This record gives sequence, structure tokens and C-alpha cells, in this order.
Amino acid sequence: MSADLFAACDLLAQYGALVDAAKYDEWLELFSKRCSYYVKPRENHELGLPAGLIFCDSRAMLEDRILALRIASKYNLHNDRHIIGLPRIVANEPDGISIEAPFAVYQTEQEGDTRLFATGLYCDRLERSGDSFKISEKLVRIDSFAIQTLLATPL
Amino acid sequence: MLDSSVWPTNDYSRVPYRFYHDPSIYELERERVFKGPAWTLVGLEVEIPNPGDFRASYIGDEPIIIHRDANGKIHGFINRCAHRGAIVRRELQGTAKDHVCIYHQWCYGQDGGLIGVPFRRGLKGKGGYGKDFDPKNHGLTKVRIDSADGVLFGTMSDKAEPLNEYLGEAILGFLSRVFRRPVEVIGYHRQRIRGNWKGFAENTRDNYHASLLHDFFRTFGLDRPTQVGGATMDKRHRHCVTWGRMENSHDAAKEAYGKEQVASAGIQLKESSMVKYIPDRNDDISIAIGSLFPSSFFIQISNSLATRQIRPRGPGEFEVFQTLLGYQDDTPEMRQHRLRQANLVGPAGFVSMEDGEAIEIVQRATKAAPNDVQVLELGGKGAIQDCDFRINDVPVRGFWSYYAELLGIEPADGVR
Ligand SMILES: [Fe+2]
Repeated sequence: MSADLFAACDLLAQYGALVDAAKYDEWLELFSKRCSYYVKPRENHELGLPAGLIFCDSRAMLEDRILALRIASKYNLHNDRHIIGLPRIVANEPDGISIEAPFAVYQTEQEGDTRLFATGLYCDRLERSGDSFKISEKLVRIDSFAIQTLLATPL
Repeated sequence: MLDSSVWPTNDYSRVPYRFYHDPSIYELERERVFKGPAWTLVGLEVEIPNPGDFRASYIGDEPIIIHRDANGKIHGFINRCAHRGAIVRRELQGTAKDHVCIYHQWCYGQDGGLIGVPFRRGLKGKGGYGKDFDPKNHGLTKVRIDSADGVLFGTMSDKAEPLNEYLGEAILGFLSRVFRRPVEVIGYHRQRIRGNWKGFAENTRDNYHASLLHDFFRTFGLDRPTQVGGATMDKRHRHCVTWGRMENSHDAAKEAYGKEQVASAGIQLKESSMVKYIPDRNDDISIAIGSLFPSSFFIQISNSLATRQIRPRGPGEFEVFQTLLGYQDDTPEMRQHRLRQANLVGPAGFVSMEDGEAIEIVQRATKAAPNDVQVLELGGKGAIQDCDFRINDVPVRGFWSYYAELLGIEPADGVR
């Protein structure tokens, strides 16, 4: 495995573990200072429509998402479990790489019922930061775009 | 047996929970509400702009197609083959001369009429349909379609009043305000809620839940119950528009909630444009929600514009199908602002995600108590009338009164 691919795998593994543990501040640290984060229904992607379910075109907006999640949003009480597939490097640039990785997120509710909450593709642009990467763009293209109940915790 | 005795009061201030759960009530709703004399949002003219364009939609849980024919006229028909009941048009949108069912190749025109049947005369003189088989009698079931400022409504009933009369002045004015300026679709949201569809109809008519359930409003100062606003209904009180004007002062909100519950200057969004309203037209109404009986909704929250269609999937589940809109003449900056403010609405919306949870916890808890009742008396009992204040349940009672009329179960001396 190339060093870049290994670093990308490591980043994705941390990414899933931090969301699942609800450590959102540490999760934010995986993103670079200038970054974007979008969750876009596959339906809109295929129709060429720009709107997303979550649309953060700046780091400030992504931080606001987490702030709102913490102090304002009410949502179904649950635990997340990310299953992230192997990434594929789709572009190499001097200062970073672009990857795609399939994912599934299961939600478990308080009485132990688990459901497949979301599945789709991560389309990420990773920026080199020493030996590792930071996420400068993340597009979560969601196949399961009929959202079950609501979408609050990050995918 | 469901009859007028189901109501403990004649003003719908008490509603038994069985309306959320009983499968036989769901069947009645299908016949008397969705196939009854009501009009339902089915799409927008701008979604099928060219001759031959079609789109799939629903009325209640009935799948339909809306299709613009070669002359530009829009037709509607139920998407179920008149032969053996298959979905005829499986794609959700496209452009086509006709619709051919894959099962046995029955072919229908852009108006849903039957234009071709394989083996009609049989094979080599044997078999085929009888002489009495008239294609005119075997078309797809027609849905009447009409438009109000480019918003398409459909009805399956011959008895429905004309669309203009059904909507009434208040709703027509509300729709003109949003849709006179040409709109453009910027995306779709779909949300599945494990609740009863009427829970959503109640939710959007009750304005005060927004300031209590959706903490984002209060925390970040987007909208407050103390804003000047009100609820306006049509004459029959089946539809409702709730609205509020821009407000810049925190003082009134502090008075209403007590200091500790209102955002201090310390908690602010890093990206303040999320809560900035840039007037789209010549008024200062920053929030306006139109709730039309039975299942159509129009949303303006700040610069976020959307239509919502409720698609029931049985008594315990429904889809919220949301179409996000911009204006065709938006500047690039304004469009970006709208895409950002789309964060406010939909399944992940800062001021709407909670509705999914609220409706589901009601559904879960009421299942075991079909004869218990909810209490709807904020803002007054008895007569159903417009309010010049936002904190009230009155339009929710209006919804139930027309619902009871259509189901044929109005209580004695029931208010309307
Ligand atoms: Fe709400």
C-alpha cells in the first residue's frame, strides 16, 4: 500500500470513530482551516441540482453545524456506527489527493433496534499536512436519499 | 364503526389518537379525502417546461403522472395500467410521446388515453379482444389538473369545486406573493417519518411549536413568537397561512421567555448570513407558512423557499417530499445565499429536523391509547376564526373540522 493510500485509510478510520463516539470537536480537527462539507442527495446530483441536505461552504458554517447540534438541535436519541469501505485515489496533485470511499451508517436506537440509516459515497479532497492529510472538501453523496426520520449527526 | 360520536367536543378541541393509527380510518381517508373533493399539490409547471415533459407525483398514496402534451396542455392520470395494474411509467421524470407498460405493452398517450393494445385482433385470426372492446373505456384514470401561478394542483374527484374557490383569497394571495416571480427548482429533499400524515398537517398549522421545539430559532434569533404576525385561514378554515414580520429587538423575546432562555450576545453563529433575511419582495414578512388541506405546504423561512407534499404510506408512515426553489433572476450571490439557507429546512434543517422526531414520539406513545385525546385549546375554544397573534391552536381545529366534514363524521352542532 502506498504511503498516501495508507494515510487516507488512517484518516477515514479516525473520521468514523470520532463521529461514532460523538467527539465532534476532534472530528472538526480532521478538516483543514479552509474547508467545505456537503451532504447531497444522489437524486439532486443526477438531476444536476445544486442544493444539499447539509451545505457548508466554509469552515465557519461547519463549526456552526456542530454548535447547533450541541446547543439547539433535538433529534432521535441514537448511536451511530460508520462502516467505511476502502478508499480509491482518483486524483494526485502536488499538495494533496482526491479519494472516493463507499460508506454505510447504521443507527441504533435506545431499545437496541438498529437500522441502516444511510449509504453512499464519500468524495473527498485531502490536503497534505506533514505526513498525513486534512480534509479540505468533503462531499457525502447519499444513495439513501429518502432520509429516515431526520439527519442531525454528521455522516 | 366510525361516526360523529368519536368527538368528545364539538369544536375539535379534543381529538382521539385513533385517528393516527386505525387502518380503517386510513381507508376512509383514501376514499373521502384524497379521492374526495380536495385539491393536492402535484408539482410545478416549471418542472415540465417543454412539450412531452412528464413527472411522477402522488395524490395521497396514489401514484400519478403529470404530462405536458405536444400543444403545451398539462394532463394528469393515475400511474396504474388499466390492464393488469402495473406501474406504467417507472421513471420519475423525462420526455416521452407515450407511456408503454412493460408487462403487456399497453400503450397510452400523453393524455393517458389508451392508444395501442397488442393482440387486439388475436393471432392469425384467432383470439384477440371482442368487438365490444373499446379502447376509450380502458385509458388511465384521469386526474384533473389546474394551476395557480404555476403551482399545479390535482384532484381525482368530479365534485371538487374550481381550484380558485377551493383555495380562496387568502391562499391565492399567498401563492401569488411567492410564485408571481418565476421560480426555479434548486433541489429536492425526501424524508420518511414514522408517524401519521395528519401529524404533519397539524405541525405546520401550529405556529407556536416553532419557538419551543426548534431551539435554533430562539438561540440564534431567527424568529420569535413575539414577532408581529398572525394566522389567516380560508372561509372554510381548512387552509391556513401563518406569517411573521422581521424583528430586530431581543427585548420582547426576553420578556416572553425569561432572560435565561434567550440567546445572550455570547452565542452567535460564525456565519451570520445563515439567519439574515434579504427581502425578496416589497414587504418585510420574513416567515410565511401556507398549509393547504389536505397535504400541500408552502414554506418561506427567511430566503429559503420550498413546497412540501405529504405522501402517506399507510397510517404509520409518510414521506415529506420537499422541492427547494430559487428565483430565475437570482444573482449568483443570492443563489449561494439560498443554498446556504437551505440548511434551515428539510430533514437536516436547523428549524425543521425536530418535527420528524416530534411526530414520531407522538406516534409511538399514542399507539397504546386510541381513545385518549389531545388537547387543542390554546388561543381559544369554540368558534374557529382568524387570529392576529401567532400563539394558537385554532387553525389545527380548522383542519379537523373540514376533515370531519369530508369523512362525514361531523359532531352535532360541530363548529366549522
Ligand atoms: Fe416545526
